[in-house]
Amino acid sequence: MPYSAQILEHYNNPRNVGSLSQTDPNVGTGLVGAPECGDVMKLQIKVNPATGVIEDAKFKTFGCGSAIASSSLATEWLKGKTVDQALSIRNTEIVEELALPPVKVHCSVLAEDAIKAAIKNFQEKQTNVEASELVAAK
Amino acid sequence: MKLPIYMDNNSTTRVDPRVVDVMLPFFTEKYGNAASRNHAYGWEAEEAVEEARNQIADLINASGKEIIFTSGATESNNLAIKGVAQMYKKKGNHIITVVTEHKAVLDPCKRLEREGFQVTVLDVDSYGRVSADQIREAMTDKTILVSVMAANNEIGTLHPIKSIGKLCKEKGVLFHTDAVQAVGKIPVDVEDMGIDLLSLTAHKIYGPKGIGALYVRKKDPRVRLEAQMDGGGHERGMRSGTLAVPSIAGLGMACQIANKEMAEESKRVFRLREKLRKGIMDKLPESFLNGHPEERLPGNANISFAYVEGEGLMMGIKDVAVSSGSACTSASLEPSYVLKALGVGDELAHSSIRFGIGRFTTEEEVDYVVNLVVKEVNRLREMSPLFEMAQAGIDLKSVQWSAH
Repeated sequence: MPYSAQILEHYNNPRNVGSLSQTDPNVGTGLVGAPECGDVMKLQIKVNPATGVIEDAKFKTFGCGSAIASSSLATEWLKGKTVDQALSIRNTEIVEELALPPVKVHCSVLAEDAIKAAIKNFQEKQTNVEASELVAAK
Repeated sequence: MKLPIYMDNNSTTRVDPRVVDVMLPFFTEKYGNAASRNHAYGWEAEEAVEEARNQIADLINASGKEIIFTSGATESNNLAIKGVAQMYKKKGNHIITVVTEHKAVLDPCKRLEREGFQVTVLDVDSYGRVSADQIREAMTDKTILVSVMAANNEIGTLHPIKSIGKLCKEKGVLFHTDAVQAVGKIPVDVEDMGIDLLSLTAHKIYGPKGIGALYVRKKDPRVRLEAQMDGGGHERGMRSGTLAVPSIAGLGMACQIANKEMAEESKRVFRLREKLRKGIMDKLPESFLNGHPEERLPGNANISFAYVEGEGLMMGIKDVAVSSGSACTSASLEPSYVLKALGVGDELAHSSIRFGIGRFTTEEEVDYVVNLVVKEVNRLREMSPLFEMAQAGIDLKSVQWSAH
């Protein structure tokens, strides 16, 4: 299958590979996919709780070149966005930016799911933090 | 060294220049129709065809009269299986085959099943092997055909063809083998192995694509086939169609070279295969050889690299032409059915790469590939969440994955 220059660029020079501390209350982790399906994406965001801006994003991906490129691109897009802006990222934008072939659209869906899962995880953690602060205040 | 390095010789092979030389005159000088019995052009073509029949027959210890030309192994398999089934259906309607066969065997069997035949598809062991005992147990008094490949295309595993052939003889059941990967690589002897029908193709043995042959036993027993292609009655009526003389001459020469050089070549190919396999696996923990450790084709190494996805790895080693058992597409997330049949877990099946060493593979190429694969697997493992989790001592099987 011929890959676009954009996919190859992200595959060969992936941005933001790595991990953030999962115990940090300001870090949200999304883990989507399954090994038996051939792709697993872990995407993490570190959010400034005061501004709601994503200050850092990291990924690790088990999958084909398109899956790696999709998650790499997603981390680039996440940095500097607010959580609300991040929630509006659509897989179709990833498809367009990377010129993913039709059989690889699945990879972009996975990236969108990973973003949503990371944000959900961050929001849950924040709710827990607020709850425990409330308890502490009482 | 020319990049990309070709290491997909189980898929197809480069045509040997000696084969090309033999073919060329049949396009522009000796272009007669082998069926033209009344002029010199025809005689010349017929002579070349008969010579090729003998060259092919010599390689498998048959007689030239038992060789039927086809367009390749897919056609040979279809002709053998459907041809026998339709010819012998009064005798019985049961066929036995194996789950790891090529689709060109499994799909004709499925078609026959839809037409009322009974097909038993046997499982294999963790090395990808079926035993003669399994076949014996599956046989009924309605069994007319057993079809078991000699060597598997993906994992290189060799089946115990001789004991299966012997069993079939005892039971009076016809035995077909798809020997596409085995012929020219390891000794194949239709007499010694009790083979009644055998499929082979030129492009796996350094011959041209689009030409193959079916060996059809002529005595003890005389095998009869229902033709799948009707017309001019070529090839003893079993396969009509004007013979592809240049290709046939090429196939003949490819067989002659294989016959002469197989012993030496297989040693050399085996040595390079082992160098590749050891070179990669010694440096990469949690890499696994798929298929049988010894009973396998000399040139095949199918290796799974835990925590790395096969197609992703192929992209990283784009300077090497290989195949992957992975199927990372939205249409199908199913990895290789052959690897699954061995009981290889889905995640490892997604992580497999098939290396095929061949006649033209060099030592320098093997060294290059070893280094590149080790480097890329390590790079991708650093990028893999599964590797990270495994390093942290997390049992990947205990994780609640979000299947999709």
